[in-house]
Amino acid sequence: MTDTPTDARYAETHEWARLDDDGNVVVGVSDYAQEQLGDVVYVELPEVDQQVDAGAEAGVVESVKAASDIYAPVSGTVVAINTSLEDAPELVNQDPYGDGWFFAIAPDSSDEMEDLMDAAEYSEFCEASEAGE
Amino acid sequence: MPIAEQCPVNDQALSHTPLFDIHIAAGAKMTGFAGWAMPIRYGSQIEEHHAVRASAGIFDVSHMTMVDFEGPGTTAFLRHVVANDVAKLKAAGEALYGVLLNEAGGIIDDVIVYRREGGYRVVSNAATRERVIAWYVARAGHFDTVWVERDDVAMIAVQGPDAVALFAQATGLARVAECRRFHALEVPHPESPAHPGGVRSMEPTHGWMIARTGYTGEDGVEVMLPDPDASGLWHALASAGVRPAGLGARDTLRLEAGLNLYGQDMDETTTPLESNLAWTVAFEPADREFIGRAALEAQRATGIGNKLTGIALQDRGVMRRGMKVVTNAGEGEVRSGIFSPTLGYSIGLARVPRAATGDIGILVRGRERRGRIVRPPFTKKKVKAAPAPGARKSGQTHD
Repeated sequence: MTDTPTDARYAETHEWARLDDDGNVVVGVSDYAQEQLGDVVYVELPEVDQQVDAGAEAGVVESVKAASDIYAPVSGTVVAINTSLEDAPELVNQDPYGDGWFFAIAPDSSDEMEDLMDAAEYSEFCEASEAGE
Repeated sequence: MPIAEQCPVNDQALSHTPLFDIHIAAGAKMTGFAGWAMPIRYGSQIEEHHAVRASAGIFDVSHMTMVDFEGPGTTAFLRHVVANDVAKLKAAGEALYGVLLNEAGGIIDDVIVYRREGGYRVVSNAATRERVIAWYVARAGHFDTVWVERDDVAMIAVQGPDAVALFAQATGLARVAECRRFHALEVPHPESPAHPGGVRSMEPTHGWMIARTGYTGEDGVEVMLPDPDASGLWHALASAGVRPAGLGARDTLRLEAGLNLYGQDMDETTTPLESNLAWTVAFEPADREFIGRAALEAQRATGIGNKLTGIALQDRGVMRRGMKVVTNAGEGEVRSGIFSPTLGYSIGLARVPRAATGDIGILVRGRERRGRIVRPPFTKKKVKAAPAPGARKSGQTHD
């Protein structure tokens, strides 16, 4: 069973989004996603100050298996990126909700967080997609 | 992030090797491969890769196609269908790598031919099973040969600098250390001096064949053994500290070693001359009529249009199969591309114009990245122990 913390919300494309105390939304990929991807070998991040739109491509994660786009779960401005992934992409596998975070967004509005799934819904979503395969 | 489709583990259409239950119990991520349910990885694919380079790994390769031949016309038949010359195999226990060609010189499959007492064993790929068997049927014609497909024999590859020592330790078969590279040892099992007449190729397969061959660029053995023995050997090796490794690591290991994968780096539309495999074609003796010879001789006279070559990415990113390559002599295409765990950058095999050299561009996800043409193998084998007396120089054989 993969880990799905309740303090984050989740996109159908397997990104998690966590609202920080400073009002920024931190983004990464879920434990389920990193497990499916296999070893991550390369991460391409957006640039700080870049404007991103909810559901639009904001980065790339390359695993031993394939390259996958990372979509911004909410619209806003990128305020920070996790530069340690450049030399240590394995952090995505080792600590997907912590040191393996991708970038932080100053959201345009807080509404879009509500459009994402909560942990229970996301767990169900992952189970359903497993069963449906 | 879209998740690539996983193959269902319990798909009824997929064949199971005798080690299927062990893979499932180990939590392996399974995938459909050439009609077989196979482990792609058990945990971290990169750790499995490093384990093979540093010490030893075990692979279930029971999906490979194994055919035993015998009959007085077998040598003549194999000299006709294999572009390498099996007449080089002077005694039982010797092996060679070669390709089966169609009339146009296109590669039907790559094989290892083992000479045995009274016959031969030919191991070919899983994905080409039907094509290869049909080819034998179509081409056997007047040759006095018979064969049997060994569906009752499993195959376990033990690979890495410690593989031979750990295999000997786990099985008590110390003799394996004296078996030279590209040679095979046959032992009745359980090893018994009373075994009648030694191991014969067509008799029920209660014996083991232990071949000093592999597909990782490391020393090691490939063990062909009766299905019921497979799980015992697997557990014994795992207990001895050999790490189970999946098809994912097998692919990155073979590519670092510069070994072609059939269906990706070569197929029926490409000849061995175009696929870095000219060394596997025996043009001498000139009077040996092997299938594809005329086409290869013609191509040798006119020269090849493109070649298979190693490529390395200098920029960040990962090259994947199908990506466009831009060279000083025209465009080409990546046939196999991976992130090399040993080197820490992306490497691949590409089909490019023959004259291509030096710096190249690779179109990675819409952006041109810098790379260069390099000569495989990408990694060199570490020599752990002194070679056995009379061992061949490395580089002479396929792996």
